[in-house]
Amino acid sequence: MISNDAPSRALRIAAPALIAVLLLAAWQGLVVGYDVPTYIVPSPWIVLHTLITDRALLADALAVTLGIALTALAIATVVGTLVALLFVQSRWIEMSLFPYAVLLQVTPIVAIAPLIIIWVKDTRIALILCAVVVAIFPIIANTTLGLRSVDHGLLNLFRMCRASRWQVLLRLRIPGALPYFFGGLRIASGLALIGAVVAEFVAGTGGQGAGLAYQILLAGMQLNIPRLFAALFLIAAAGIALFAATMWLSHAVLSRWHESEAAAPG
Amino acid sequence: MPDPVNGGVAAPVVAIAGAEKVYPNGTRALAPVDLEVRRGEFLTLLGPSGCGKTTLLNLVAGLIAPSAGTLRWWGGDLSATGGQGRQFAFVFQAPTLMPWARVAANVRLPLDLAGIERAAATRGAAAALDLVGLTEFAQHYPRELSGGMQMRASIARALATSPDLLLMDEPFGALDEFTRQRLDIELATLWAARSLTVVFVTHSIYEAVFLSTRVAVMGPRPGRVVADVPIDEPFPRGDAFRVSTAFARYCQRLSALVAEAGAGTLRDPAIVTP
Repeated sequence: MISNDAPSRALRIAAPALIAVLLLAAWQGLVVGYDVPTYIVPSPWIVLHTLITDRALLADALAVTLGIALTALAIATVVGTLVALLFVQSRWIEMSLFPYAVLLQVTPIVAIAPLIIIWVKDTRIALILCAVVVAIFPIIANTTLGLRSVDHGLLNLFRMCRASRWQVLLRLRIPGALPYFFGGLRIASGLALIGAVVAEFVAGTGGQGAGLAYQILLAGMQLNIPRLFAALFLIAAAGIALFAATMWLSHAVLSRWHESEAAAPG
Repeated sequence: MPDPVNGGVAAPVVAIAGAEKVYPNGTRALAPVDLEVRRGEFLTLLGPSGCGKTTLLNLVAGLIAPSAGTLRWWGGDLSATGGQGRQFAFVFQAPTLMPWARVAANVRLPLDLAGIERAAATRGAAAALDLVGLTEFAQHYPRELSGGMQMRASIARALATSPDLLLMDEPFGALDEFTRQRLDIELATLWAARSLTVVFVTHSIYEAVFLSTRVAVMGPRPGRVVADVPIDEPFPRGDAFRVSTAFARYCQRLSALVAEAGAGTLRDPAIVTP
């Protein structure tokens, strides 16, 4: 650590909270002071009010979006890990398939989403697919890197003990790849949500299964700006919650042995 | 030349005949070497960096194949003798412990990989940890241990299989002088108590004299064995041995040999007897 006076735990929560309070106060003050109309910028107070009055509608929408994002994240995690395991079986497999993983990554989801939505009848499945396409790359890339980054000495040791390929994978490669995997998962959690929101924008489905993105779209058209802000707030909060959950998971699994998660000893 | 009593008492643990190593890029890491590792001896390969010590050790371990010449283990080739349940153990320059596994799990790894039954592996690991005095740290993670303790855990892992041949590649090179001297004494004690056969690599003349029953002095460009010096001093050796005149004489002779080998004045392998 560079600085000796590392910020305490309390300060680490208090400092950003203070910034938030200051920003909200400034926002409230400016909107009220300059008499900005609500249909251009609503005050934080009105946004909070909308969050409460529209809670049934917004909660349903949040559940839909979160459901899509979480399902997509789960699928991306499982499929991405399997692909990474496949990649490390041979350089040939990786060489042949990796460009397509990159292709998936570099093609903007907005461009593929209409196709997926046309091809897949069930909109919910189409949305999940879009989010998977966005979220899967960091899982594949990081896990592959982790599975390959084996300590050379340990690999020699396993070879000297005449360990089978399976033993090397299970006892050496997979545990060693965990820090990389969690790094990928952290990025993927945010991307899954982004993928879900973007796909929903493209699909523009209303009615029963409408998510937060559709609420934003609709509120924009109706000039219901407070609801637009409220939905935006919920998307951001969901993203932060997802990120925090993966951080917590990573800490729970790695904290005993990995430097990135462990407090300085002694 | 098949040995009539394959693996019997007559056969040396390792017999190296004219083994050399040239890497594909043309680097000649090792000129032809003739060397025997006898049962129960502590043989040290001593020399400066780049004299092929580690290459020779890897040949002995069967990790790499010689470009020419032969190696025989217990009078046979490795696949045959390996099948007879002969065990190698290797201690590397770094502790090379799995950071995600507790010390006890690290030590029992070779037993687990060999498919030893769970209870027996647990007992074996506990015994090995006891040998190096790490019993109370069995449930710690490697990162919670000091460098010296990590190295001891690494040695415990090597001893867990009760190896017929223990290979050590500058195991204490990264440790501070005090820790190193203490571990040298512990290793010498273990060697005597367990009647181990050890091939040890170091670039420290003092360490070589202190530990070995025999020192093979190696020289650079290309790597080769230039002298074979028995250290005829009784065990157990302790701190008193380090300050004895005999110790100083051996150190002098070895450093002269290393210097001559470096200067290229010693062209042919020579046997130097005290």
